[in-house]
Amino acid sequence: MELILESRAVLAKELLHVWRARARLVATGTFALATLLLFSFAGGLNDAALRENSAGYLWIGILLASTLALGEGLRVETEHNAIEMLLLLPVSPAAIFYGKAIGNLLVLLLVGIVMLPFLTVLFDATPTEGVGPLLLCLFAGSAAISAPGTLHATLAARARSRDVLLPLLLFPLVIPCVVAAVQATHLVYAGDPMDQLGSWLGVLFAFCVVHWSVGGLLYSRVVED
Amino acid sequence: MPDPAILATAVGRRFAGRWAVRDVSLTVAQGESVLVHGANGSGKTTLLRVLASAISPTAGSVTVLGKPAIEARSKVGLLSHADGHYDELSGRDNLELAVKLGHLPDRIDAVLERVGLAARAGDAVRGYSAGMRKRLAFARLLLKAPPVVLMDEPYAALDPAGHQFVDELCAEFSAQGATVLISTHQVGRVAQWCDRAIRMDQGRLGWSGDASELRTRPADAVAAAEERA
Repeated sequence: MELILESRAVLAKELLHVWRARARLVATGTFALATLLLFSFAGGLNDAALRENSAGYLWIGILLASTLALGEGLRVETEHNAIEMLLLLPVSPAAIFYGKAIGNLLVLLLVGIVMLPFLTVLFDATPTEGVGPLLLCLFAGSAAISAPGTLHATLAARARSRDVLLPLLLFPLVIPCVVAAVQATHLVYAGDPMDQLGSWLGVLFAFCVVHWSVGGLLYSRVVED
Repeated sequence: MPDPAILATAVGRRFAGRWAVRDVSLTVAQGESVLVHGANGSGKTTLLRVLASAISPTAGSVTVLGKPAIEARSKVGLLSHADGHYDELSGRDNLELAVKLGHLPDRIDAVLERVGLAARAGDAVRGYSAGMRKRLAFARLLLKAPPVVLMDEPYAALDPAGHQFVDELCAEFSAQGATVLISTHQVGRVAQWCDRAIRMDQGRLGWSGDASELRTRPADAVAAAEERA
């Protein structure tokens, strides 16, 4: 119960901070849209191929934008050692992890939702299975990135070259999650005659369970000096 | 006999192969006020951070009020160089966060008034001067009102009125029975009210004695005391 209350307070702080520094959020969203635009140019005039790969473009955009969002989320903690202040209050490291990870999840979810109309405009992709399953894919995929992302952003936060270190640590770890998210999202867009969507979402949620559990357990090791 | 407020046993802390603090053993009684002084880089900040469990010791152990330091965090207040504020939040938001997460009494208005930030409490901290940031850190310390107070360079960035405020605050903590460890270069000033002084020298405890010896011409007094030792 204590963990839930503390996580909720950390989450409220995260959301307030995101709102007060919303220019950074806009920049992150714009960066994600710019990647979509670049893919639309790189794909040339082959409309069918663009539409076929649109789920992949969406998730690569979200993944690249996640490094900005996650890095910013930890920059504010380390700039004046605010995370140390939280620990000395004392707040449990697990509560800090869950509060921050849920905050990052919501940011990635928002970025993904903003990207969806552009996916339709740029790649002529429409979700044939409906918007509900698409949002479920976005939620599960964002959750599968945000938990390990929060953990590794904290690991990288004190390093001198943290901007480079975070993707190097994070991307190999979340490749299976991104593959599952791309497959699930592709089925939502292209149609799911073989009923495979549930399986891919199951894989994604399994990754979420592992990453969110391990993150909560390991965060004290990462954040305590 | 009550547990000592702080009991450090052979504490050492190493950064990248270099010992910042080495083999420091220290006992501070409850209610005692101790001045920690020494040259730049002598290990004062590291010692205070280890005692507050902000960083873990590489060697030795620290107990606070009879418990391992990490389990006694709610009893310790650390005022450090890095103030721990969130720049985009207002001063009041920062204090509200501390109240919520630290389960502290909601005396935010009174505390803001006390530190002289009531008029700017709604402004984002990024617009605060260094002295105002320090005052906000004092406000958080006042909210916590811990029985063990560790202050690292509390006078830095403050104007003369701020210096007076720090003196009053320390006197108030001491009057309430709190244990105060204060690391500063303002040796003559702090020696006026401290019980004991310790000097850090290249990471080790160099000299320890009655603060009264430092009340006049602190540099000479330290040299004489060290010679006697």
